[in-house]
Amino acid sequence: MRRLKYWQAISEGLVQCMEKDASIFIAGGGVDDPRGIFGTTLEAHKRFGAERVFDIPNCENAFTGVALGSAAVGKRPVVVHARNDFMFLAADQLINLAAKWKYMFGGRTSVPVLFRGIVGRGWGQGATHSQSTHSMFAHFPGLYVATPAFPDDAKGLIVTALRGHTPVILLENRACYELEGDVPEEMVPVQFGKARVLREGRDITIVGASLMAYEALRASDILRECGVSAEVLDPRSIRPLDRETIVASVRKTGRLVVADTSWSLYGFAAEVAALAAEEAWDYLKAPVRRVTPLDCPAPVSKVLEEAFHPSPSTIAQACLSVVKAEAALEKSVGDVQERFRGPY
Amino acid sequence: MTTVSNDQLVAMLRAMMRIRCSEESLAKRYPEGEMRTPTHFSIGQEAMAVGVCAALKQDDVIYSGHRCHAHYLAQGGSLLGMVGELYGREIGCARGRGGSVHLNSPEVGVMASAAIMGETIAVAVGSAMAFAMDRSPRVAVTFFGDGCVEEGIFHESLNFAVVKKLPVLFVCENNFYSVNSPLRLRQPPDLAIHTRATSYGLPAQQVDGNDVVAVYEAATTAVHHLRAGNGPYFLEGLTYRWREHVGPLFDTDQGVRSQRELDFWMEQCPIKRASARAQASGACTELDLRRWWKEFGQEIDAVVEQVRNSPFPKPENILDGTY
Ligand SMILES: Cc1ncc(C[n+]2csc(CCOP(=O)(O)OP(=O)(O)O)c2C)c(N)n1
Repeated sequence: MRRLKYWQAISEGLVQCMEKDASIFIAGGGVDDPRGIFGTTLEAHKRFGAERVFDIPNCENAFTGVALGSAAVGKRPVVVHARNDFMFLAADQLINLAAKWKYMFGGRTSVPVLFRGIVGRGWGQGATHSQSTHSMFAHFPGLYVATPAFPDDAKGLIVTALRGHTPVILLENRACYELEGDVPEEMVPVQFGKARVLREGRDITIVGASLMAYEALRASDILRECGVSAEVLDPRSIRPLDRETIVASVRKTGRLVVADTSWSLYGFAAEVAALAAEEAWDYLKAPVRRVTPLDCPAPVSKVLEEAFHPSPSTIAQACLSVVKAEAALEKSVGDVQERFRGPY
Repeated sequence: MTTVSNDQLVAMLRAMMRIRCSEESLAKRYPEGEMRTPTHFSIGQEAMAVGVCAALKQDDVIYSGHRCHAHYLAQGGSLLGMVGELYGREIGCARGRGGSVHLNSPEVGVMASAAIMGETIAVAVGSAMAFAMDRSPRVAVTFFGDGCVEEGIFHESLNFAVVKKLPVLFVCENNFYSVNSPLRLRQPPDLAIHTRATSYGLPAQQVDGNDVVAVYEAATTAVHHLRAGNGPYFLEGLTYRWREHVGPLFDTDQGVRSQRELDFWMEQCPIKRASARAQASGACTELDLRRWWKEFGQEIDAVVEQVRNSPFPKPENILDGTY
């Protein structure tokens, strides 16, 4: 096992899959650019050339259809969106066609396309370049939606996606690219619908999606100093969702905080809260809390951006109020984005 | 063909100089890290903005995309509002909520700029439709890059505007790149954008986008066509962005755009060309030019100073304006 950064793990996963399967190709705006989508497509481009790693015109909607059509006859496209917000332009193809393809056509064919979308939060990316669209896509049966926060999970989920038969939306938070972790050299698949227990604890369960899994882990460090033992879960994929692991944890701790990179209303955090209400009601010792961005579009100004996004401190604070610990947070731990200064 | 008076030439030259001077100054300050907003500089492309807006009236409306600084300033958006927005201050034209890519100033007709490609092409068509419904002589303009021509919304919008005969001017600033992707790899290389636009059934013209007089004359013809109720018009201007796609730096060391190409286009600097023309026709002197650079330099310095001393938005008001 060696340590790789998140972007390196993605790159390695793609390259290994492409070596094994000649039907895989990567396409999207800027995949052959000198920056290679935060480095994630550089090696594949170098190794497999312009036939299998190619730039496309600006045509998100049409190209989604193009990818589906090529998948229908045997290709395995990886489509990259430098911001997942651009997938709104492809929403019809993704939701009305990709998600429904298998079922609507009687299950005889499938369109296994991997759609990678990058969440660009930080440095004032603002209203249309820092949203996280996972909850929206997860609403629709037929798509898999993954939100890896750690390098090995990113690689493992890509491996699974590129061997499976389901169209997958994989969101990568830009703040994760520089994070390091142990990554197996081999292709070790990570199953969809299997959560990861990042830390075991007794007093409260924190479920964090995407970057919030990482931030929840840091929040649990703060909580430990306050004498609170938090169990931290990373769902890794939000559809399918590992209901069993979440429910078991909440039954054990009796308390739940859900942290998400997207809004509370109708989102991932609401789903997990509903799960606790349905399956762990008798075990809950306190109301469930959601820690999410505030209920407005993402602002640009630094002071507003800081107030907008959840951070380890806000997660920890929410947990403290749930366990009704006397301790109030003294130090404030900034979010991981504070270090970000570009490039975009 | 209209002829441009010395006064008009000087006004356009000064407008371009003011935009250039402001953006150069902001680019220089950008690495200080106080403007925390991805910024797409218009440096090198000022003639399109200034030439088109000079042909408009104050009650006409314009729309732009992510590279909106020049359009906003050319149509009369306040420098304070723009700089305030880049510095994330409450005094910004979007109250620090929108950032560099969302400049707007409805009081002078800068209705919206948007960072999702092609969005505002359709929106301009909508404003034009409203003007047509009201039998108003007002017109709508939409500025966009060559990259937007590839989006479906571009084609849907042109078709709609032609079918409904709407007073909208489509202005494509063709700078040959979409981020680092060259135009020739994204669109049919031997079929110019304006040529393809004509296939929708509207007059379309290509101009030298670094010649502010040529742009102004073409825009004037176009706006007459619009106000006469003859339907939409399409202008393609050939131009070049000097800096990297987003950010203040030059990018010729990145292996995409060559120094030779940049040098060629810097030779074609719209301000240099308009200055030479203005001096040749006696509209201004070398001394005037130096005075104006100084004037605009002092203006932007003062505005930056004012902005930096002005308050940030209050976090407790973060939800303001959502509804
Ligand atoms: C729908 C959509 N896709 C992709 C992007 C990312 N993006 C931002 S600007 C840009 C290139 C725009 O090129 P062009 O329209 O020619 O304008 P220019 O930057 O050259 O002024 C791209 C691909 C985006 N903002 N929106």
